[in-house]
Amino acid sequence: MKKELIRLDHVSKSYDGQMILDDLSLVIHENEFVTLLGPSGCGKTTTLRIIGGFEKPDTGKVIFDGEDITDLAPNKRQLNTVFQKYALFTHMDVGENIAFGLKIKNKPQSYIDDKIRYALKLVNLEGFEHRMPESLSGGQQQRIAIARAIVNEPKVLLLDEPLGALDLKMRQDMQYELIRLKNELGITFIYVTHDQEEALTMSDHIIVMNQGYIQQEGSPEDIYNEPENAFVADFIGDSNLMKATFVRDGLVRILDTDFPCVDKGFGDMKPVDVVIRPEDVELVSRGQGQMPGVVSHVIFKGVHYELEVQAGGFEWLVHTTKFFEVGTEVDIRVDPFNIQVMNRPASEDEEAISPEDEPPVLQE
Amino acid sequence: MEKSRKAIVLQSSPYLVWSILFIIVPLFMVLYYGLTDEEGNFTLANIAAIAQPEQARAFGLALLLSLAATAICFFLAYPLAMILARRRTGERGLVTTLFLLPMWMNFLLRTFAWMTILEDGGVLNGILSSLGLPAVHIINTSGAIIIGMVYNFLPFMILPLYNSLASIDGNVINAARDLGATAVQTFFSVVLPLTVPGILSGITMVFIPALTTFAISTLLGGSKILLIGNIIEQEFTLTYDWNLGSGLSLVLMVFVIINIVVSGLTEKREEVHR
Ligand SMILES: Nc1ncnc2c1ncn2[C@@H]1O[C@H](COP(=O)(O)OP(=O)(O)OP(=O)(O)O)[C@@H](O)[C@H]1O
Ligand SMILES: [Mg+2]
Repeated sequence: MKKELIRLDHVSKSYDGQMILDDLSLVIHENEFVTLLGPSGCGKTTTLRIIGGFEKPDTGKVIFDGEDITDLAPNKRQLNTVFQKYALFTHMDVGENIAFGLKIKNKPQSYIDDKIRYALKLVNLEGFEHRMPESLSGGQQQRIAIARAIVNEPKVLLLDEPLGALDLKMRQDMQYELIRLKNELGITFIYVTHDQEEALTMSDHIIVMNQGYIQQEGSPEDIYNEPENAFVADFIGDSNLMKATFVRDGLVRILDTDFPCVDKGFGDMKPVDVVIRPEDVELVSRGQGQMPGVVSHVIFKGVHYELEVQAGGFEWLVHTTKFFEVGTEVDIRVDPFNIQVMNRPASEDEEAISPEDEPPVLQE
Repeated sequence: MEKSRKAIVLQSSPYLVWSILFIIVPLFMVLYYGLTDEEGNFTLANIAAIAQPEQARAFGLALLLSLAATAICFFLAYPLAMILARRRTGERGLVTTLFLLPMWMNFLLRTFAWMTILEDGGVLNGILSSLGLPAVHIINTSGAIIIGMVYNFLPFMILPLYNSLASIDGNVINAARDLGATAVQTFFSVVLPLTVPGILSGITMVFIPALTTFAISTLLGGSKILLIGNIIEQEFTLTYDWNLGSGLSLVLMVFVIINIVVSGLTEKREEVHR
């Protein structure tokens, strides 16, 4: 087991009487790439600001390396932040920006010069010392912001949607660079994003948040394959999310059809939610599957076709490499281990579905 | 292309006419009067007159008082602007209005109000004596003029400072703290340099009207203390020596232009540097 580095202990924070974080607890281990993932406004930045020291929690504690740092000023914390919109010092050139933290600590000039060169090399911007931030592209500014942070050799780097302002190609390049950087530096990254694909690609550990609550945490595989509730299932990737009845262990009734499943222990005839990933829905010829349907829509996506199939009064999302004409009569088949059964929360509140965010489509 | 340029000229023609009539023509008249004598012969005497004791003293005093007022405005305005800039947008409106409210009152009325406050038997001394403190003599001193300048021109310092402070991204300040700077280090290495353009335009907007004022010194200086503005005013309205008045105005204008050019250059250097 890796060593524990940061712990948030029952942290709450409200602004103007509105609860933003409610009794949030989490643990971050050394040398992990941890991602806080959630829709806009769910409290990701607030959580990061509490760890960075820019915001004080109303209640609860922040523990860093075994020490209570809840009341410690940001300049005394052994971590550095890469801010959402770079936040470079526009009145200083690139070299001065990178040197800022080292000059504050009164490091000798030769050490500073070495560090600048090393950091610029690390972010692939050698020779940019004397450029002004405003003369750089968004991606280059972001790299400088990263270089400015890492020369201080923090134990933890906090990154708040660092790729949010970049175009798709640039984002993908930077994703790989960040992973490489983390491995080279061997430090902990706490990464904030609302982009589930980015989170799945980069993280060792994902913490899914909604409305100030942690919905689920785990490895990318866990989060994707075994979502614990409808919110996580809907937020992470495309999915067929349905209300269902858990008939008994190993059997779940979806859209009035009984499907064998591998889940157990939800009780008999209990209401549940189920999620089936579009790539796990098999289309077979009529009479060969579990539920009859008709292909209603086909889009070519490059690697696969994205289909909509009307079956059992539900519009199924299906990914397949085989082409089907619109109007083709098919049967749907789902392997038991591809049906993910989840507890249905008793009330909306308990699940805390963000009002701005489209609620998952649930159909009987 | 050709057409749109024509349209621009056409659209701006009222403004052009206005500026020719009320800016360019008067400027040339000042230039003409300043460089000629009564007979219309070329002379530099009107300009050289600045070196005469009375004029030189008035000019020196005007420089001194306006520099003092500018400095006081700066040190009052900077913290105020910082407090303002930290407010949330909703509150900002209210506080800004409170500061700008006096500006909607007539300039002379405001200065008259200070006369009644600062008079020997005025409001200030009334308060002092009711507190059992000795009376102070302020009216008709340089101090009274400085108070008048500061009061009248403070908003012109606050606004540009506030604008440049409010435009600093909060995360830039957070970044400095994050990199280990204390609040004081952050102020001097990040906040202050980022507000240089605001500081320069604030200084210009206070220093120039303070240097050229004659109303404040007339009302609060009691025509005993003459600033260069008073001398020029008298040449036009009392002695009717338009040539001398214009010559002295030209000298003043040179100082105004120097101030604008210097702050413009400093700003441009900042610009090049960024
Ligand atoms: N200083 C503040 N004053 C008042 N409300 C705030 C403040 N900071 C954040 N909030 C509110 O707290 C909630 C959470 O904000 P936060 O910035 O943590 O969200 P986020 O998850 O980072 O969202 P995004 O993905 O849009 O950046 C939002 O509803 C926001 O309006
Ligand atoms: Mg955010």
